[in-house]
Amino acid sequence: MSPADIHQQLVRQFGDKITGANVTALDPWVEVAPAAIVEVGTYLRDDPALLFDALNDLCAVDYFEPDAKKAAKFAHQPHVEVVYHLYSYTLKHHLKVKAKLPRWKNDQAGELPEIPSVSKVWLIGEWHEREAYDLMGITFTNHPNLRRILCPEDWEGHALRKDYDFPLEYHGIRGQ
Amino acid sequence: MQKVAVDMSLVVDAPQKVVNQDYRWTLNFGPQHPATHTTLRLVLQIEGETVVGAIPDIGYLHSGFEKIGEHLNYNQYVAVTDRMNYISPLANNVAWHQAVESLIGLELPKRCQYIRVILAELARVSDHLLSCGAMALDTGAFTAFLYAFNQREVLYGIFETLCGARFTTSYSRVGGLMYDATPEFIRQVKQFVKDFPKVYVEITRLLNRNRIFVERTKGIGILTKEQAISRSVTGPIARASGVTRDLRKDQPYLSYPDFDFKVICSNGGDCFHRYLVRMLEIEESMKIVEQAINNLPEGPVNVDPEERAILPSKDKVYNTIEGLITHFEVVMTNRGLQAPKAEHYDAIEAPNGELGFYIVGDGSDKAYRARCRPPSYIHFALFPEMMKGHTISDVVAVLGSLNIIAAELDR
Repeated sequence: MSPADIHQQLVRQFGDKITGANVTALDPWVEVAPAAIVEVGTYLRDDPALLFDALNDLCAVDYFEPDAKKAAKFAHQPHVEVVYHLYSYTLKHHLKVKAKLPRWKNDQAGELPEIPSVSKVWLIGEWHEREAYDLMGITFTNHPNLRRILCPEDWEGHALRKDYDFPLEYHGIRGQ
Repeated sequence: MQKVAVDMSLVVDAPQKVVNQDYRWTLNFGPQHPATHTTLRLVLQIEGETVVGAIPDIGYLHSGFEKIGEHLNYNQYVAVTDRMNYISPLANNVAWHQAVESLIGLELPKRCQYIRVILAELARVSDHLLSCGAMALDTGAFTAFLYAFNQREVLYGIFETLCGARFTTSYSRVGGLMYDATPEFIRQVKQFVKDFPKVYVEITRLLNRNRIFVERTKGIGILTKEQAISRSVTGPIARASGVTRDLRKDQPYLSYPDFDFKVICSNGGDCFHRYLVRMLEIEESMKIVEQAINNLPEGPVNVDPEERAILPSKDKVYNTIEGLITHFEVVMTNRGLQAPKAEHYDAIEAPNGELGFYIVGDGSDKAYRARCRPPSYIHFALFPEMMKGHTISDVVAVLGSLNIIAAELDR
């Protein structure tokens, strides 16, 4: 099934919950409304024509230019993207699903944006989401165990954010 | 053994009912333990000698490789990939630059593809030798480990001939390689292809029917096909559970379609079958290396300098004005290598499983986001499930068969 067909099928099934797509890109992707990610994910996994039984990778990308001078030239609106790389072991095809989130919830700096967790749909999502929470600062609601995974529990900030400042000190250990 | 008060209600992986029941113990395994081989920690909940819960605690080696990837250019970052899976650094180099090249859209010359195939396969041999050897070491078969390490030493010698480094090779470049393969390298690889099968047979004789080894690994840490798929497991671990996935066949990259080799699969799903799959894969890898080294094409090893990806040869730089200009343009920011404003995920079949890189390009010579999909991370998440109901002594067998490399796990 070509990415265009998959996109058509998803639009027929979910209507305006599919908020965008680029099926001619280097890696074709489909954009989903964050609130519908579990519903769409379950459908993608179970539909006999799609059968995306594996979440190959989950990562988040922060689109933001901290430097005010360069920000005017920056091609993207500030946002955070969660990217789901899906793969079907049975049908051997790929799809990339994206969900766009605001950088901060309600534009309050420090309030992490929220998206439902897909760890019930694909079990491996649990660890990937913990990593995305740890390094990118995204809250996955209904996650069974949302704790930091790579950084210590008392670490401050989320390192892969573009405006992250490396702490000068951590428990008496000097940084930088 | 000391009873440690751990607030189990914080930990969801653990069975909830056992909170405050005093006949269960918490055992801390690692981060410094001879059998973990790398720095990783497990909190085991045990009843008698049976493990009823295992909580992996990772992050001891977290060094922000993905963040570093946003600050180094595409050629510099290869030095960081060496440090991910340091058991098979060459496979990481190849994986990183393959992702970069497919993002830019560079087509590699045939000779470069062949050399990369040879290196990726030699890296697989060296990785599997270590993981099988270390697993044997942990389960009481010391000799096989020494045999395996001796052969790894030969492989290090070959890598040293090729690029001057044994461990941290950093051998690939965008659009080519650091140096071309020398006749001496080719001779050494041919010699290795000739000599290795003898030692290989000795290792298999030491282990395949070794009563202690077989008893300690057979039926231990069973992973079913359904579990493997829902956890998106790849590589030898998935293939030992009956998942027939091998990127070399499924999405052929480099020159893999040119070679004749089999994908090794098994339905066993336990530690012993993971060991068997790895050992048989070594055999297939050696087949590929033999075919590649005997048919190594002549010709350039790097892409055309006109692509502005790779430095022209010194001969051209010193003797022609075009060469000089190209040289300066390549080293200048904003004039040399520029990746398109696009995003791309590409993966290779690394020894441990699918090693993929997701690169978001922003039009410069640095990645906007350099995400790594590390196989160890995904495989370690399996551990609690595989461990339930086994004894403490099986922990090391399962860990050994998963071949967890902490530097790749934590990045």
